[in-house]
Order: sequence, then C-alpha cells, then structure tokens
Amino acid sequence: MEFLSGHYAYWFIFALMIVGLYGMLFKQNMVKKTIGLSIFQASVVLFFVSIASKWNATVPVKSDQFPVENVANYLNPLPHTLMLTAIVVGVATLGVAFTLLITIYNRFGTLDEQEVIEKVQ
Amino acid sequence: MSPYIMLFGWYVIFHGHYSPGGGFQGGTLLAASALLLRVSTGQDFAGKQFRESLARPMAIVGVLIYFGTGLTAALMGGFFLDYESLPIPGMSGHWLRYTGILIIEIGIGFAVMAILVMMYDNLLKGEDY
Amino acid sequence: MIETHLPVAIVFTYLLFAVIGTAVSFRNKDWAQPLAVLGAGVATLFSIIAFISFLNEGEIVRYWFGNWQPPVGIEFVYDGLSGFISLVINFVAFIVLWHSGANAKAEFKSKRHVYYSVAMLLMLGFNGMVMTGDLFNLYVFLEISSLASYALIAIGNKNAPFAAFRYLIIGTVGGTLYLLGVGFLYTITGTLNMIDMEAMLPMLMDNNVAIAALVLILGGIGVKAALFPLHGWLPDAYTNASSTSSALIAPIGTKVAAYVLFRVVLYVYGADTFESMIPIDYIIGLLASVGIIYGSVMAIGQKELKKMLAYSSVSQIGYIIMGLSLMNPFGFAGALLHVLNHAFMKACLFLVSGNLRLKLGHTRVFDFDSSVAKKQPWTMFGFTVAAISMVGLPPLAGFFSKWYLAIGTVQNSNWLFLAVILVSSLLNAVYFFRILEKVYTNKDNPADLDLDAVEQDEVGFNGKAPVMILAIGLLVIGLTNAAIVGFLFNIFPG
Repeated sequence: MEFLSGHYAYWFIFALMIVGLYGMLFKQNMVKKTIGLSIFQASVVLFFVSIASKWNATVPVKSDQFPVENVANYLNPLPHTLMLTAIVVGVATLGVAFTLLITIYNRFGTLDEQEVIEKVQ
Repeated sequence: MSPYIMLFGWYVIFHGHYSPGGGFQGGTLLAASALLLRVSTGQDFAGKQFRESLARPMAIVGVLIYFGTGLTAALMGGFFLDYESLPIPGMSGHWLRYTGILIIEIGIGFAVMAILVMMYDNLLKGEDY
Repeated sequence: MIETHLPVAIVFTYLLFAVIGTAVSFRNKDWAQPLAVLGAGVATLFSIIAFISFLNEGEIVRYWFGNWQPPVGIEFVYDGLSGFISLVINFVAFIVLWHSGANAKAEFKSKRHVYYSVAMLLMLGFNGMVMTGDLFNLYVFLEISSLASYALIAIGNKNAPFAAFRYLIIGTVGGTLYLLGVGFLYTITGTLNMIDMEAMLPMLMDNNVAIAALVLILGGIGVKAALFPLHGWLPDAYTNASSTSSALIAPIGTKVAAYVLFRVVLYVYGADTFESMIPIDYIIGLLASVGIIYGSVMAIGQKELKKMLAYSSVSQIGYIIMGLSLMNPFGFAGALLHVLNHAFMKACLFLVSGNLRLKLGHTRVFDFDSSVAKKQPWTMFGFTVAAISMVGLPPLAGFFSKWYLAIGTVQNSNWLFLAVILVSSLLNAVYFFRILEKVYTNKDNPADLDLDAVEQDEVGFNGKAPVMILAIGLLVIGLTNAAIVGFLFNIFPG
C-alpha cells in the first residue's frame, strides 16, 4: 500500500500518459490524436514539476521571511525553468500540427485518418 | 478590455525577475490582447490597433534583439550571452546582468507576440492549394 | 581567441542567416537561395577551421554560455566526435543547398523563400544537437530540428502534409520520451551536464532508474534515428517530400540522431557501464540487423526511386546502429565511417533523383530505359558511383565502412551480424544494379527507341556539379580512408 500511496503523484502522471497514448493510438480523428499528444506532453511537464517539490518549501521567489542560506526552504527552480522551455516547444508543435491539419482538410476534405489513407492510395 | 490585457502583458514581462512571469508569458498575453480584438471585431478594425504588415518585421526585430545582445557580449570579450560584458555605461556587475536579461525578455516578448499574431493572420488569409 | 568562439559561431551562423534570409527575401525572392548557400558555406568554413585546429592542438573546446561554470550553466563541447559529425553535415548541407535552385523553382514556386529560411533553422537544430554538452539543451535543439523537418516535409506533393502529420505525432512522442528519460536521470544525479553525468553514473550502475532512463532515451532517439520497429514514419515522409527536402533531411537527420545515441551510450553512460547493466547492446544489435534486412527487402519491391532510397536509408542506419552495438573500436570506427559515407552516398542519390525528376518528370524505376543514359550522362555517372559505393565494392568508400564493421563483428564472434552484413550487401546489389541494367544495357530493339535522335538533356551546372563533387568525394574517401579511420580510433574514450 505504501507503494501506491507514497507515490500517488507518479501514478497520476502515469495515468495521464496512458490517456494521452490512448488518444493518439485509438482515435480516428486527427484532431483527437493531436489532443492526445498534448496530454502526453503535459504529463511529462507535470513529472518534472513534481520532482522539484520539497517538504515545507515555498515558491522560489526571494522573500525575507525565509532565509536564503537554508536552501531547503525553497523549491528547486531548475525543473520549472526547463519546463517553461518544454511548454513553449509543445505550443510550437501544436501550431505546426494544426497548420498541417488545416492543409490536410483543405486538400482531402476530411479529418478522419482512415478516409485520408484511402484517398492517398 | 484589450488595453488592460496589453498593460498586464507588459507588466508580466518586466517583472519576470521577481514574480512568476517573463518573456514567453508576457509575449503570449500581448498576443492575446491583439487577437482578442481581431476575433471580436474583424480584421479591418483590428488592423488599426496592430497592422498585419507590422507583424513580420517585429518578429525579426525581436529575434535580432536577442541575438544581438548575445553577439555584443561575445564581441566585447566575454562568452556568448555573457551579460557582464555588455557595453552599457553607468552600470556594472549584477546590475548589468539584470539589464541584459531584461533586454532579452523584451526581445522574446516582441517575437512571441508577432509570431502568434502572424499565425492567426495567415490562417485567416488562407492558402493557395 | 576566435577559435574559442567557433563552436557557437557554427551554430549561430545558421540563425543569423535564417533571420536575414527571411527579412531580405520577402522583398526579392531570388535572394533566398544564394543567402542560404552562403550561410551553409560560412558554417562549413567554420567547421573546417575548427576541425583543423582540433587536429593540430588536440584539446577539447568547452564553451560556457554566459560565463556560468558547467554544473550550473549550459556548455557547448567540441571534441573529436562532434567536430567530425558537424563537418560532415555542414558540408553535405552546403552541397545540397547549392544544388537545390532548379528543383526549388520547379517544385514550389511561390514558397521558395520560406523554404530556405526553414532549411537554415533545420541546420541550426542539427548543429546545436551535435555541439551541445547539456542533455536538456539537446532536447531543445532536437525539437527545433524536428519542427523544421515537419515543415520541410509538408512542402511536397499532394500527400505530403499527411505524411508530415504522421511523422509529427511519432516524432514528438519520441522527443517526449527522451525528455522523460532525461528527467529520470536528473532525479538520480542532480545534473544535466553530460560530462558531470559521466562521472556520476558508474556509481549508480544497478539503479533501476538509470536503466529505465537509458531505455527511454534509446527509445526516444530511436524514433528519430529510424531504428527498426520505430521507422514507420520514414518511407512516407521521404517519398512525399520534395527532392531537396529529402536530400537535406535523409543524409543528415537520422545520422544526427545516431550521433546522439553514440554520445549517450559512450560518453554519458560509458562503455563499461552500458555493457554491464542489461544486455541492451545485443538487443539493439538484433533490432538493427532486422532493420537492415527489412529495409533491403522492402527496397527491392519498390517501383519508385525515392521510396526505394527511403527503405535503403532504413537499412543503412541499421548498419550504423549495429556498429554502435558491437562495443569495440572497430565497430565504432566502422559506424562513424559509415555515417560519413552514407551522408555522401545518400545525398548524391537523392540529388540524382531530383535531377531525374526535373528532366523526366517522374522517377518510376521500371519506366527507365537507355535513353536516360544518353540524355543525362553526368547524372547517371554520379548515380553509378554512388550505387557501387552503397553495395560496397572497393576502392569506393562504402567498401571500407562495411569492412570495418565486419571486422568488428568478427572480433565479437558475432557470426549472425556478419552474415547480415554480407547478405544485405547482396540485396543492395539487386536493387541498385537493376537500375543500372535498365539504364546502361541496351536490350530493347534499337529501332523502337530511336536513340540517335535523343539529345543530351542534362541539368545545368548547378545540378551537375554537386553530384560530381559528391561522387568524387566518395572516391577520395575510399582512397584516404586509412587516415580517416586512424583519426576515428583516437577519439573514443577507452
């Protein structure tokens, strides 16, 4: 039980990842695939943010209530900054994906993957 | 509503040091203010606030600000993006680093806003298939 | 003084030219291609200077961004491996961009300027991946190059956006898996710097998290490198892209991903740590072998030249990854030599297919006949040289890389891999010589073809010269390969 309850954050992130993968693999509509991709990326972002947390720590903004010398008072800011970049990368990927989807829709008239495959052959 | 969003966007950019915020978020908020006007009132009226043809040069300027700051630092003898070596008179040490990051955040803000607005305008214009 | 800035200068030249190209070419579209070629040329020049200075002084250049020392800051590391790979990819990019003028005008008239800016960003991403010494920075550059390649592939024929969309989904999953693996490594080591992590990982050998991280990173980068089960995006993407996009992405993209595999396996984990964890090297070798055979067999069955070359790429990257999995110096040297050779060979082949498409309007293999040899003698000469090199006949370059790979497999007593190399060389011969037979031998009734009336319909100088340079380069590499391999042996740690 300790295995489940102690790491509940990781189980949640794992569940999100499965939801994202399910969306990408099993949904026919290409927009739903893209949303699944976005959920998958969000789960990895959450993973990084979750490993940055510490017991009884506060946001990594310098404050006079918490002395800076004791590092355990502040959350680890490094994963947050990494995830800032990762979120921007995710947004850019979504932008490219939607542009491609619009082009596909205008050329093939449908956004269903099976129909597009048939039209491509 | 839109001017308030724009003001908040600039606030977020400038206070990226001390509170949650910074270049990317501020740029997105600025873009949201421009796009809000476009979505609600149509392209012609929104063009008065932020002309379409202004977006592309703005993006280029934004990237060049970022790159130029880094390059200036490198040319002045330090490493790339080493803000201590920027040739701004009257400052030194950590104030110089602070200013360097501020300049870069402004550059990022410009670039992000211009690119998001450009994407929206491009989608509206349609493509030749 | 300037030498210390060179690793960064190589990468950021492309950024500068991407921005300048965008700004200038919206006024006048004809400036786009020369600027792009100039950008690639300048970067190649920097690569050559940096490589020569590395050969002379032999010291690894570590470039700290913003003057922040390594555990805290990001750094670029220029050592033998990254120098070699960056030289190869920049030179190939320069040649391909030089050739691309005629093809670009024919295939996407109105979007040329955008194309070249995106191509600059693509090379920015690849060079950044090669130069960086920080695992997260590698993810950033990986995504930059991936997004640029999705865009480049989408500018193609009618089916291209769909192929690009599938590539996007699979490729982004790969990048995200890599990111997750890096996250795992960060939780147990607390650092993202490759050199620091190499010092820490031997102490963590049996840690489950390190093994999981390795599997995730290999899986993620394997998607980009088209390792066997994860190669599904490659045939459609390369076939439907325009000729220049294929010529730009095919020789370079999967090789840079293979470079990342080298970097992670050898430099971050270390050869001893990697071998003693779980028998991943044998599994990867098996997957690579299956990929080699699968690629060759599928290539034989293709009717269209570009799709054939795409499956051939799957098979060739299998050679490189098999060389990596052998874990001995001959295997590594063979794999890296094959990176160089395959970059030249594939670029030459894709440029030839671009020439053929330009003049003939199609690249269907079974419709070739002897008139092609009469109409485009230079192009077919380049194709012949590259095809012979792909099969692996001396004295061309392809023979030597397969030779060293074979010695590597013999050293490991790995007879299965040796058999795979030999059998696949025969399979390569089948599909390449089929084209040569169709083009050069004159089996049909001469009266039907009316050969004398066909004049030379060759592409212009910009189309011929790059192909010639690559073909002659293959010969040169083959003849000087002792020096190259001598260099390659020295750059590996232990």
